[in-house]
Amino acid sequence: MTTAPERPAAAPATGGVVTPLRLTLLHLRFQFLESIRIPMAVIGNMLFPALAMAFFVVPQQEVAQNPLWATTAVAGLAMFAVCSASLFSFGLGVAEDRQLPFDPYVRTLPAGPAPRMAARILNSAIFAVLGLLPLIVVAWLFTAATVTVLQLMAGIAMILVALVPFVLLGMAIGYSMPAKAALAVVQVVLFPLAFAGGLFLPPMMFPAWLDAISKVTPTRAARDLLDQALTGTPAYGGAWLVLLGWTVVFAALAGWAYRRDEGRRFR
Amino acid sequence: MTRTRPPERAPALDRPSTTLPAPPGTVVTVDAVTRRFGDVVALDDVSLDVGSGELVGLLGPNGAGKSTLLSLINGQRRPDSGTVRLLGGDPRDAASRLGLGVTPQETGLPATLRVAEVVDFVAGHFPAPVPSGDLLEQFGLADLARRQTGALSGGQKRRLAVALSLVGRPRVLLLDEPTTGLDVGARQALWEAVRGYHAEGGTVLLTSHYLEEVQALAQRVVVIDRGVVRADAALDVILRRVALRQVVLTSATDLSAWPGVVRTAAGAPVPAGSDGGARQTLFTADADALVRDLVRADVDFRDLEIRGASLEEAFAEMVEPSAPVEGADR
Repeated sequence: MTTAPERPAAAPATGGVVTPLRLTLLHLRFQFLESIRIPMAVIGNMLFPALAMAFFVVPQQEVAQNPLWATTAVAGLAMFAVCSASLFSFGLGVAEDRQLPFDPYVRTLPAGPAPRMAARILNSAIFAVLGLLPLIVVAWLFTAATVTVLQLMAGIAMILVALVPFVLLGMAIGYSMPAKAALAVVQVVLFPLAFAGGLFLPPMMFPAWLDAISKVTPTRAARDLLDQALTGTPAYGGAWLVLLGWTVVFAALAGWAYRRDEGRRFR
Repeated sequence: MTRTRPPERAPALDRPSTTLPAPPGTVVTVDAVTRRFGDVVALDDVSLDVGSGELVGLLGPNGAGKSTLLSLINGQRRPDSGTVRLLGGDPRDAASRLGLGVTPQETGLPATLRVAEVVDFVAGHFPAPVPSGDLLEQFGLADLARRQTGALSGGQKRRLAVALSLVGRPRVLLLDEPTTGLDVGARQALWEAVRGYHAEGGTVLLTSHYLEEVQALAQRVVVIDRGVVRADAALDVILRRVALRQVVLTSATDLSAWPGVVRTAAGAPVPAGSDGGARQTLFTADADALVRDLVRADVDFRDLEIRGASLEEAFAEMVEPSAPVEGADR
C-alpha cells in the first residue's frame, strides 16, 4: 500500500458552480429532445385526450349539449389524461431510463436529484399542454362546453399545478422498482385514484362515505379545483390543502427513492 | 449520407489544456470499504489512496470488484461500511463531482441524440467546460457532430465516451475498461489521449482485465481479486509477479516440483499416449530457462507448447492455494 502523505485534499474545482436553474434547463432540454425523437409516442399522447373526448362524451348528447355538464366532463377527461400521462410517460419513464446504461453515468455528473426531477415535471407540463390543445378543439367544435378566455387560461394553469404530484408519484414508483413492476403498480394506483377522484363519474353520484374518501385524494382535489377554474363551481374547502399536501408527500417519497436507488443489477 | 468514415486516427497530442492545475495531495481516499450485493461480497475491507497526478491501473479478472470500486468513487453507490472521499468530499454530493470525469458505457449513449447534443448536455454541468467544437476536433469526431449516437461505430462511440469524460476539465478521471473490444489502432489512439491528459497533471484511475493495457498506461498497479486488494505496487514489480508463461508438454516425469515451476494447472495430469507420458501444464516466470533446464537434464518430453498465461491464470499465483481458480466470472 503506497499511501500518499496525509494532507487534506483540495476543495473541488474552483471557478464557480452551475446554478440549479441552468442545470434544470439543461436536463429539460435533454429530456425534451429524447421525448420528441420518438414522434409516435408524442402523437399518441397528444391524441389520447381528444379521442377519449370524441368517444365517451361527444356521443352522449344530453351531456355534450349541456354547457355546464360538457365543461365538467371535459375537465374530468383532461385531468384523467394528464394524470395518466404524468404517471405513465414520465413517472414510469424513470423506471425505464434506470435500466439504460446511460442513467448511472448521468448520476455521476455533478447534478443532484432536484434539477432532474424539476426538468421531468416541466417536460411533463409541456406535453400536457400539447395534449390539451386537440382536446380543447374537439370540445369547442362538438360539445356545448363554454369557457371565457380567462377561464381557459386559469384551467390550463390549474392543470399544470395539478400534474406535479402525479409526476412525483410516478417518479417515486419508478425509482423504487424495476420497469415491469412499476407498470403494474402504476396501473393499480391510477384507476382507483381516478375513480375515487370523480374523474369517471361525477362525485355528486357518490354515497356519503365514498365522497368523504374522495375528498382526501389528490385526484378529487385537482378535479374540483379545475372545475372551479373553468365553471366557477366552488371547490370544497381544503381542496388546496389536500393537493399541496400530496405534492409535498410525493416529492419527499420521490427524493427518498432517488437517493436510495443505486441502479442495482445484482441480487 | 456518405459511407466513408474517417479512419480511427489518434487524437492530437498537442491538446489545449483540459485540466485545472492540480495541487499535490490525495484526491481519492478509500478507507476500509466493504460492499455487498446480497450474499456476494463485492469488496472486502478495501483501502486505497490515489495521489494527485498518479496514473493507477486497477487490474483484476472479471467480477473481481473493480467496477464496484469505481461506482463507489463516482458516487453511484455507497459502501456498506468504510468511507470514500473524492477531492476531499463525499462523492454522493454533487459538488464533490465537479472535478470528476467518467466515461459512459459505450452501449449506454442515448441513441436518438446527436453527438453534439450529448456533448453539450454533459458540458453544461461544468463551470468551465472545453468548448464542444474543440473537444470533437481533438477526438476526430467533428464531422460526426450532427449524427445520432446510435449511428456511430464501436470505435467512434468509445472515442465519444472518453471525450465526454474530459469535457469538464476534470482533476480525476475514472476509466472503466476504456478500450475493451477495440481494434489495435483505436486502442492506441485512446491510450494517447489518456497519456496526454495525465501528462498535464491529471489523475487517472483505470480498470482493465488486460495486462497489456495496464502495462501501457499505469505507473502504479493495484491488483484486485474477489473483492480483496492482492497487491499494490509499481508496475514493474507487479509485472514480475503476474507475467507468467505457460508451458504445456507431455512427459512421463512429473515436473510439478521442477525448479522454476511456479505451479501447475489445476487437476491431475492427463495420461496421453501408450508410452506412459502425461500431458502437463506448467506455469513459470521464464519459459526459456525451464526448457533449457529440461533439455540439459535429459528429461524426455514431446509436443511442447509455450504461450503467455492469461491474467486469470497468473492471478492464481497470488491467491491462497486452497482457493478455487475459476472464480473469475460471477
